[in-house]
Amino acid sequence: MEIIDILLAASFWEAAIRIATPLIFGVLGALICERAGVLNLGIEGIFTAGAMAGWMAVWLGAGLWGGVLVAALAGGFFGLIHAILTVPLGLSQHVSGIGVTLLATSLSYFTYRTALPDVSSPPRIEPFRPLDIPFLSDLPFIGQALFSQTAMTMLALVLVFVTGWVLYRTPLGLAIRAVGDNPSSVEAQGLSVYGLRIGAVVVGSSLMALGGAFLTMSAFDAFFFGMINGRGWVCIALTVFASWRPGKALIGALLFGAFDAFQVRLQTEVGAFLPSQVFLMMPYILSIIALIVVARKADYPKALLVPWFKGQR
Amino acid sequence: MIRFEPRSNPGPFLVYGVPILAATIAILLAAIPLALAGAPIIQAYGLMISGAFGSVFSTSEMLTRATPLILTGLAAAIAFRAKLWNIGAEGQLYMGAMAAVAVGSGVIDGPSWVMIPVVIIAGMAAGALMLIGPTLLKTRLGVDEVVTTLLLNFIVLLFVQMMLEGALKDPMSMGWPQSEPIIDSAAFPALLDRMRVHIGLLIALVSAVALAIFVKRTVWGFEIRAVGENAAAARFSGISVTKTMILVAALSGGLAGLAGVSEVAGTRGYLATDLSPGYGYAGIVVAMLARLSPIGVIASALFVASVFVGADSMSRAIGVSSYLADLIVAMALLCVLIGGFLTRFRVHFDRKSAQG
Amino acid sequence: MSSAAHKSSETSQDLLLSLAGVTKRFGPLVANNAIDLTVHKGEIVALLGENGAGKTTLMNILFGHYVADEGTVTVAGRDGNLEQLEPGAPQAALDAGIGMVHQHFTLAENLTGLDNIVLGTEPIFRLRRDRSTARAKLGELMAGSGLNVDLDQPVHKLTVGEKQRVEILKALYRNARLLVLDEPTAVLTPQEADSLFAILRKLAATGLAVIIIAHKLAEVLAVSHRIAVLRGGAKVGEMKTSDANHKSIAELMVGREVPVSRRTPRAPGKPVITLADVTIDRGDSRRSLHGVNVTAREGEILGIAGVSGNGQAALAQLIAGLDKPDSGTVEIFGEKVTKFDAHTFAQNGIARIPEDRHHDGMVGSMTVAENIAIEDVRSPEYQKLGFLDFDAIRKRAEHAIADYDVRCPGPDAPARLLSGGNIQKLILARVLEKSPKLILANQPSRGLDVGAQSEVHRRLLEARQGGAAVILISEDLDELLTISDQIAVIHAGHITPAMPTDSIDRSELGLMMAGQKTAQHAPDGTTTTNPGETA
Repeated sequence: MEIIDILLAASFWEAAIRIATPLIFGVLGALICERAGVLNLGIEGIFTAGAMAGWMAVWLGAGLWGGVLVAALAGGFFGLIHAILTVPLGLSQHVSGIGVTLLATSLSYFTYRTALPDVSSPPRIEPFRPLDIPFLSDLPFIGQALFSQTAMTMLALVLVFVTGWVLYRTPLGLAIRAVGDNPSSVEAQGLSVYGLRIGAVVVGSSLMALGGAFLTMSAFDAFFFGMINGRGWVCIALTVFASWRPGKALIGALLFGAFDAFQVRLQTEVGAFLPSQVFLMMPYILSIIALIVVARKADYPKALLVPWFKGQR
Repeated sequence: MIRFEPRSNPGPFLVYGVPILAATIAILLAAIPLALAGAPIIQAYGLMISGAFGSVFSTSEMLTRATPLILTGLAAAIAFRAKLWNIGAEGQLYMGAMAAVAVGSGVIDGPSWVMIPVVIIAGMAAGALMLIGPTLLKTRLGVDEVVTTLLLNFIVLLFVQMMLEGALKDPMSMGWPQSEPIIDSAAFPALLDRMRVHIGLLIALVSAVALAIFVKRTVWGFEIRAVGENAAAARFSGISVTKTMILVAALSGGLAGLAGVSEVAGTRGYLATDLSPGYGYAGIVVAMLARLSPIGVIASALFVASVFVGADSMSRAIGVSSYLADLIVAMALLCVLIGGFLTRFRVHFDRKSAQG
Repeated sequence: MSSAAHKSSETSQDLLLSLAGVTKRFGPLVANNAIDLTVHKGEIVALLGENGAGKTTLMNILFGHYVADEGTVTVAGRDGNLEQLEPGAPQAALDAGIGMVHQHFTLAENLTGLDNIVLGTEPIFRLRRDRSTARAKLGELMAGSGLNVDLDQPVHKLTVGEKQRVEILKALYRNARLLVLDEPTAVLTPQEADSLFAILRKLAATGLAVIIIAHKLAEVLAVSHRIAVLRGGAKVGEMKTSDANHKSIAELMVGREVPVSRRTPRAPGKPVITLADVTIDRGDSRRSLHGVNVTAREGEILGIAGVSGNGQAALAQLIAGLDKPDSGTVEIFGEKVTKFDAHTFAQNGIARIPEDRHHDGMVGSMTVAENIAIEDVRSPEYQKLGFLDFDAIRKRAEHAIADYDVRCPGPDAPARLLSGGNIQKLILARVLEKSPKLILANQPSRGLDVGAQSEVHRRLLEARQGGAAVILISEDLDELLTISDQIAVIHAGHITPAMPTDSIDRSELGLMMAGQKTAQHAPDGTTTTNPGETA
């Protein structure tokens, strides 16, 4: 009975969508990279960089959307490093990705510490406010669950649609899907394999950074060390779960958000019987289970992880 | 137009020179963030060097740092050799440490020559099991081990936290989440009087040499090399890829677990959730700088440890964030990756012209 | 098509492409040496040569994948003026109307045929794709040429022949005026090849120029107007097809008398391996077998003919010990096999020559010696207590290198430095030196030059003479007809009963490969119809 009460509460779905938002950005970013054939394990560091850069831009007075832009640029910068190492140079995508994560994380922390050497409690900014859309936000249930989220959540939802449209309805998306399956097919038709892959990784990384920026500029109002806490890795798992489709990515992220919101509520109900860590582990365990469930039928982009050199057939 | 042509056989200068060059470049690049932070650059480098090598104490500290890095570096090197992407050394390290604490904090007792091997075996077994799981998922079901081992790091850390607040909690710790101390008979003896460096260093060095011999000279090493370089050909020739992968997982996870044992039984004396400042991840950098050579791991672990200890001491002296060390290490990884490319390919710059 | 509209006899003589003095070096190797070649509108030119003669390099230069060290490539513009083609720019080649059908298709398998064709033809930053115009134009092209294929199927569902049609349509859709086909018949049945030639003739009649790259004479004699022969990177002859003499061209190509391997009659012995009613269902025709019966006997080469992707891979995996049957039995020397395992198979006298020698046959970064010993490192000959005996391994390699004439810097050189022919010799040395009882040879001579090919055939025949059973899986009918004693045909996972080679008619074999005809007779005892009898 109580479980049903939890699931039917608008506040529950409001939390679920809020938790899902950074994951939507992250999974969209990861799937764009992977559709073009590049695994981007820089995601965890790019989240951190986006969170730090967006927050710091606002803290320095750039305005909230200015912060979003700065976060996207920071993500694109680290994406470019990963792209150069893995696309024209064809280096190990695994190792380069880990390297980018280490670089982006340490650079973000170093910058934060250098800018704010002596603060004990992190300074706060004025984050995105919940939307108050006339009529829509006043609707019962959905008004609270969906239309009272912040503008960044709306941006994430719009981007699901945009990514889907670009991938499946435009010549660019056709080329990206082709380059992730057989780069030679793209080169033979006179398109640039390197251009498409580098572009996809840079754009995908920018989206990942928005996921980080959401945390410091919408979900919270400050930057903390270790605040990403594996969210990037969860996105990599969810990308496989979503079989590289934007629509399924949205569903996967929402399911994940719902589960996370649910376990938080469950914790308040039965928390006395189980250590809190059991609940905190849930998202990671859930990600692993999600991977296991789809592993057998996962249809990886065929050229994923395979380097390609010019003139090679 | 730039073209890359494969080199058939890179000479020894490239093979050994490139990692050294990459490390040097990473150190030099650190001048940029130092300058942006407004630090006196020359003085900062001086402080880093003296922080790592300036006295017996600082060198002992550096070697203490290098000990777990050699072990996690070996863990990454052997796994990457077989193309088993174990990014979970951090979690395996904690599991190893926890197993060592579980058997080594008074549950059983005996002479040192019994207890030290007991904690080592317990820790290595725990670390190995932590990696064998994801490896089986990979070989049986095709679940990508990168993500599972990464996520397990978070799960293990929470599990350790849970145990430290529960079953393994030290009743004398005044509420701090930490384990009971390792008993004296299970503790690693120090190598020098009043210094922290302990026999874990010797164990790590012996492990590196043993692993080098194992990979080069034994049938199993042969099979690991074959599987890592071309799994399809290895399978075709009759080598069991699954068995080889599990062996590699046991070795890699075991070495990472040993790093955890060495930290609790040698350096710390008890288990807490801040046991490792990311030794598992740094091990990846150590392995890559060593180009996956077990002997090379010793050198690159000493380098990474010097950076950490030197930067710590410099940051205390002139107030630059010690995250500089992580930054240098990350840059070293990316530099050595690019360097590895230059050892495999020759770069040509052709002038683009319509030849007559 | 525009060129179809302006068809006339004099324009078909117009010069379309001219290569002059094209030279390309790779280090010390001269891949192309001052090659001249012209092609006119409506003309089909066959570019003949052995593997390694420089055909592919030349076409890669034409198509902008490589830049020539010397020489020029000129193409007639649409206005008829000759213009030099920008080197190293695939886009320039495409714009000039040069279309290429590579031997390994350049298709994205996750996309439909239509998507593959329009890929790259529209401005890339547009909000929508326009497929209706494309569909109309392709409908016209298909009707005019006979290139029929379902364009809405994902490419991975198409047959090899259909994929080739998509490739040709891809070029025509871009208004190609010159179509280059690299070994177009290698993967086709004789009948499919005939229908391809009919299509090409039709297209040439509309003004399209065609270059066919081939290493087999017979097929291009049927379709080309002119023949150019390359050898060792240089053009060694050029003639009208009507003046061509079969034997002299063959010698021109090879540069010497070709040693022909011949079977000597030999009475087959006991069955070595018997597959009875074997079914392997992996959902995909490439990897499935359905109720297959195969017997290979001592002193006999059993050829398995078929178009690639009809279950050869499943058969090879099974005999190599890499897969086990879902149902049915496998017997080796009358004993039912229960343990399907590559190591056990290799140790029990089964020599396995993989289809893809680079992918499955060697570990490039390990040494030649290690690659020769790879199947046997666990045997006591090469290790003591798990420690490898490098002296024994090197000694074996030295023998093998000498006996099999493996050209390499030495036993300690990394295997990746070896050429394709030498890799194959290395593999032969690895498996044949142990006097195997059964040899699985999967496409053993594909991609090799004539010398290496005849070496492979000689070795297989030698083993047969010594009493080994050989299962030869090949797509090359000439190879099968030359050295097999019996031939069975594989199609869609079914294998016909084996037929004595001497009684086989080539075109009949083609029909069976296409699945349009099944074997008429089950000859004496070569098949086991009832698995119960042998159990």
